[in-house]
Amino acid sequence: MQERSPITAPRATSRFLRRYIFSTDHKVIGLQYFFLSLAAVLVGSGLSLLMRIHLVWPKAIIPLIGEIKPEDYLGYLTIHGTLMVFFVLSTVPQNGFGTYFLPLELGTSEMAFPWLNMLSFWTTLASFFVLISAFFVPGGASIAGWTQYPPLSAIAAAGPGQGMGTDLWLISIGIFCIGSVMSAINFVTTTVKQRAPGMRWLRMPLTCWSWFVTAILSLLAFSVLLAALLLLMLDRHAGTNFFVPGGLIVSGRAITGHNGGSPLLWQHLFWFFGHPEVYIAILPGMGLTGHLLSVFSRKPVFGYKAMVAATIAIGAMGFMVWGHHMFVSGMNPYVGFTFSTLTTAIAVPSAIKVFNWLGTIYGGKPRFSTPFLFSAGFVSLFVAGGLTGPILAQPSLDIYLHDTYFVVAHFHLIMAMAGLFAVFAATHFWFPKMFGRMMDERLGAIHFWITFVGAYAIFMPMHLLGAAGHPRRYSELTGVQYVSAMEPLQRFITIAAIVTIAGQLIFLVNLFLSMFKGRVAGSNPWNCTTLEWTLPSPTPVEGFAGIKPEVNHGPYEYSVPGMETDFLPQNASATRNH
Amino acid sequence: MAVALLLALLLVTAGTLYLFVAHPWWFPAGASAYAPAVDHEFHTAFWLLGGLFIAAQIVLLVLLLRSWRRKKSSYYPGNWRMEVAWTTAIAALFFWFHFAGAHVWSSMRLHQPDSGALKVEVTGAQFVWYFRYPGPDGVFGRVNAQKFSKPYEGNGLGIDPDDPAGRDDVVSSSLVLPVGREVELDLHGQDVIHSLFIPAMRFKQDAVPGMTIRTRLRPTKVGNYEIACAELCGMGHYRMRGLLRVVTAEQFAAWLKQRETQQ
Repeated sequence: MQERSPITAPRATSRFLRRYIFSTDHKVIGLQYFFLSLAAVLVGSGLSLLMRIHLVWPKAIIPLIGEIKPEDYLGYLTIHGTLMVFFVLSTVPQNGFGTYFLPLELGTSEMAFPWLNMLSFWTTLASFFVLISAFFVPGGASIAGWTQYPPLSAIAAAGPGQGMGTDLWLISIGIFCIGSVMSAINFVTTTVKQRAPGMRWLRMPLTCWSWFVTAILSLLAFSVLLAALLLLMLDRHAGTNFFVPGGLIVSGRAITGHNGGSPLLWQHLFWFFGHPEVYIAILPGMGLTGHLLSVFSRKPVFGYKAMVAATIAIGAMGFMVWGHHMFVSGMNPYVGFTFSTLTTAIAVPSAIKVFNWLGTIYGGKPRFSTPFLFSAGFVSLFVAGGLTGPILAQPSLDIYLHDTYFVVAHFHLIMAMAGLFAVFAATHFWFPKMFGRMMDERLGAIHFWITFVGAYAIFMPMHLLGAAGHPRRYSELTGVQYVSAMEPLQRFITIAAIVTIAGQLIFLVNLFLSMFKGRVAGSNPWNCTTLEWTLPSPTPVEGFAGIKPEVNHGPYEYSVPGMETDFLPQNASATRNH
Repeated sequence: MAVALLLALLLVTAGTLYLFVAHPWWFPAGASAYAPAVDHEFHTAFWLLGGLFIAAQIVLLVLLLRSWRRKKSSYYPGNWRMEVAWTTAIAALFFWFHFAGAHVWSSMRLHQPDSGALKVEVTGAQFVWYFRYPGPDGVFGRVNAQKFSKPYEGNGLGIDPDDPAGRDDVVSSSLVLPVGREVELDLHGQDVIHSLFIPAMRFKQDAVPGMTIRTRLRPTKVGNYEIACAELCGMGHYRMRGLLRVVTAEQFAAWLKQRETQQ
């Protein structure tokens, strides 16, 4: 590791650069990912605010931006989706907290490949800047949404933003894929090879299990997306015909030079990535929620082995259900039925998780600290978004609901809101370990309740919009009469969104104030059993200082009968075993 | 603070309940042959999954409230019997729901249209819908992108004038259908993917360039119904509106005859 390298005393500036900027320390890299996601979520929420405002007040003049046009709206929509899915939900729960805490929870001081770890972060950062730069090129950002269905994404004449904007999108996400694959290799190797002595597979915390399974999903899914992106790039610039059929007439001109491509092939490749991606976004949150419910209920996780099995099952089955995004695409209806059955099957392990979370709270005397509030909120939102899953998995119902606000409500509740709740919980929970201070509990509680009520106020009414047949990705409500009739409800949602997003300022204030003014934390302020809490707060640079702790206990030994304290650290001596 | 919070929670709950029960915004009345089956299925889903949603939230709330009275946590790491029980129960419920609805999907998409069905070809283009009827010969003329001329020049579909089958084709900007008759809709995309969405018919199907997608539909009520585009197709996606006019068989015959003579 760097700190112990024989190179003697480099100059102060280069020391600073190596310590905090081009660092190979997993803790620094974890924080770098965290702040990258924070930047992405600020931009992404800002864009959603602009979209919501434009939808109900289309003539509104926004300071610095002016009036929003339909193509601007679609550009915001594309970048909002891309930022949130890739740079927030796939980045902070896995690469942010995972990079920081996976090694520590496994009892090791570094990832398997520290230099690769640094490279993953810088690659991801580069892809972030490429994505954002699309706003500043002629035509603006791509208007094809985060799913980039060709031919819209393949033909530059199909709309503004479909020229350089789309190229930048493809390049950005291509770079992102490379970063994610590198990071996934690191996660898998670290988990397999670097566990402390005694850290058997079934002694790993649920957080580590979900980081591990998520990394395997990333490895397989992002590789496929990268391939698809390259093929689309070739269709756009090298005259290949993977996705572009012949005989197209776009903007009044016949498109020549293409023949025989299949737009559906892209959808298959995209969703073969895209559905596992949903689990990449939410599995770390699921693991974390089980972990925190146990810590704060002062009880073992209910059915630890069932939870591990469900995590693995979700990961494996996540690759078999992509076709449920394509019931109306023109795919063979028999195939649609098969995907529908498999999708119904994957709802079962998710339900098992919910039962076990409730079982973990049952019989506990929880501490209602902020991480617990957000974890309980996660369960509530996960159920709210999850139960519309079996409805959308039913092709005959999905025919009507597909590409309406019903779907928007479904995935925002289960993936975006639940995912963010897990991130908020994790931030409050690990803040003392990252910064040596506690976040403010009172501000945390206020922030929780505003966000919790806000999430429901924004997304519950969207089910009704969907039921009434309101298609998604409409930049204005005036084009179709029955859609115009839904304006009052849309206006309510916009107001709820403004209030909720404003409420997030409380979190930001709490985050940055607590870094400097928070109560100083001890090494184990929450009385946890896992290994990161055996280190001082904030985590010292050298981690376990080369001495791997010896693990003698499972991760969730809380309220063990006959003990003085209500928690048994994983590295406590074996003789204290009950 | 706590009071304000409780009020906010109650308000959101009451508001949501009101909207779901009184539903001022809800499915338009169904007007196609399979609409009643779809609505029935949605009704089942609404009560089954809505019920599970409310039950889960109540259990969560009760668990949290009851824990206040407790002195300390119990050591209870799990129970395999319960795991098996709830896994079986929820799997049975989900799969029952899944298979109970399978016949609806089958009737919508697995059956071929009747042999005597009215043939209509639907083409989505940025940002209009074209509906083509084959004319007296019952055959659609060939489409050739090279023969395309701007819509206002009269051949927005690019029908090949050299193909005799195309000369009697009728192209309409609204979809006119006779009530009660089976219709065979063949969908195409001219430029990018569009999606023909007719909420009252419970009908939605992507129109994909390079593909012909055959679907069936039987309108059961006379009336005018709006068509929307449901697949992001570019700047004008939000205004890619169409109109479906379901008329009596006589009105339809008269309309078609009049359009055919205009050709």
